[in-house]
Amino acid sequence: MKILVCISHVPDTTSKINFVNSDTEFDTNGVQYVINPNDEFGLTKAIVLKEQNGAHVTVVNVGGVDAEATLRKALAIGADEAIRVNIQPKDGLFVAKQLANVVKQGGYDLIIAGTESIDYNGGMVPGMLAGLLGFNFVNACIGIEISGTEATTIREIDGGKETAKSNLPLIIAGKKGLVEEKDLRIPNMRGIMTARTKALNVVEPSSYANATSSIKFEKPAPKSAVKLISADNLDELISLLHNEAKVI
Amino acid sequence: MSVLIYTESNEGKFKKVAFEIASYAKKVADMLGTTVTAVSINATENNTLSAYGVSKVLKVTNDKLTSFNAKAYADVIKQAAEKEGAKVVILASTTDSLHIAPLVAVNLNAGFASNVIEVPLSVAPFQVKRSAFSNKAFNLSEIATDIKVLGISKNSFGLFENATSLTEEDFSPALSDADFGVKVINSEKTTGKVTIADAETVVSAGRGLKGPENWGMIEELATVLGAATACSKPVSDIGWRPHGEHVGQTGKPVAANLYIAIGISGAIQHIAGINSSKVKVVINTDAEAPFFKVADYGIVGDAFDIVPKLIEKLKAFKAANA
Repeated sequence: MKILVCISHVPDTTSKINFVNSDTEFDTNGVQYVINPNDEFGLTKAIVLKEQNGAHVTVVNVGGVDAEATLRKALAIGADEAIRVNIQPKDGLFVAKQLANVVKQGGYDLIIAGTESIDYNGGMVPGMLAGLLGFNFVNACIGIEISGTEATTIREIDGGKETAKSNLPLIIAGKKGLVEEKDLRIPNMRGIMTARTKALNVVEPSSYANATSSIKFEKPAPKSAVKLISADNLDELISLLHNEAKVI
Repeated sequence: MSVLIYTESNEGKFKKVAFEIASYAKKVADMLGTTVTAVSINATENNTLSAYGVSKVLKVTNDKLTSFNAKAYADVIKQAAEKEGAKVVILASTTDSLHIAPLVAVNLNAGFASNVIEVPLSVAPFQVKRSAFSNKAFNLSEIATDIKVLGISKNSFGLFENATSLTEEDFSPALSDADFGVKVINSEKTTGKVTIADAETVVSAGRGLKGPENWGMIEELATVLGAATACSKPVSDIGWRPHGEHVGQTGKPVAANLYIAIGISGAIQHIAGINSSKVKVVINTDAEAPFFKVADYGIVGDAFDIVPKLIEKLKAFKAANA
């Protein structure tokens, strides 16, 4: 089985979010980059499937040369090879089209992406990729087992979960639950050493017009200070929630 | 030319979010000088859409669509958009609509903006404001394609009544076997409990509660308020509460009207997940807890002392205002 894991290279969850160039670009100064958390759950699941059933795991990123550190980390965690499509993307549909080309080249049975990235929160690339390729698609996926050419998936629904069966090839957009936080793997020294010898292939992008473009960013208006209420005066809290905030 | 919306229903009845999307779409249609058409799937009370500015509803009735199927539903919406010549297609941010929207966008070769929080800033060029960086920033985006798909962020717009005369039309899109490649075999839903996704109010607790045996008062407070219960990441990681209750950046997002955080210090990842809630209340013994910086109302004090008293006072308030 060939598995492709799509990896976003994103600012760490604790990063300060600021913008430069008249608020048109994210300020990368002093920011640590990591594998997008939703993608990391998916990557770990791919490694688990490989250990269980045997599989070749490729990781892919559409991005600049700075994303190679993140791809090397994925290789150190246990992926077999990496592909970087060499362009700084600006639009979800554009990314999906580049990834569709990678899938057509490589012929993968299972494609795992994250439900959304924590930077642009678009939540669209996996579904668009499925649409472009005509593959089966399960979003918000929190469980998957493979048996032969059939997959049993679990997806999160509002207030519960839903189990479904589908044939491969399949695209899932995963999140926490695919594996648990404690099952995430930290690269060990041996993994880091072997990662250096694994292939990281850089491919050039195809040219497509951007469907959407970012004009500028804004930060939320500074919040007014919290209104402190005495623990002995809960009537005041209820009155404020009722009369001022109008939420009860 | 109309603005097309997908109005979600559950067992035939429209969800509240269907009316929110209709309210939003009516504003967009007014900006474009056109009308709103809805497409509904196995809904029974289509006439209720007329109160929120919908002029026409395309009714799809099909037993094969009884359980949700992303590809098939996306195919229905695509064909409805083509039939109407819609240039703007608007969906909600429920689990199901988030699943469908990217498929619809690709099917229509449309640019897609998700997490949209306001009416478009302008329609020519088509510019929208969306949340990004886990609610730590907003992004102004322009959609350049002929057809535009918008996903409206949860609880960002509200309901606006706008009585309109409505025509209902049966619609039978052609569906192929390829639309049904994913077959649902089992669905588990908790019933009788408010879900975090639907809740107007969420009562959330953290490690300050000291142990899972102390959640009785949290559940009681939630019951009094008609709220869903939630918890912080450490609490679900150590197994005090189920994973489904974990809210935050890697858990469920919360966009409630009222979010009450009890014994939660307010790590940056937690705040990112709940920050689009309108009103935030914090109860914590530590006056330096970061949650006080983002909350609207705060009480410094012991939850074990405050919460039971608050329950009694809220019961009295509810009884007096019933």
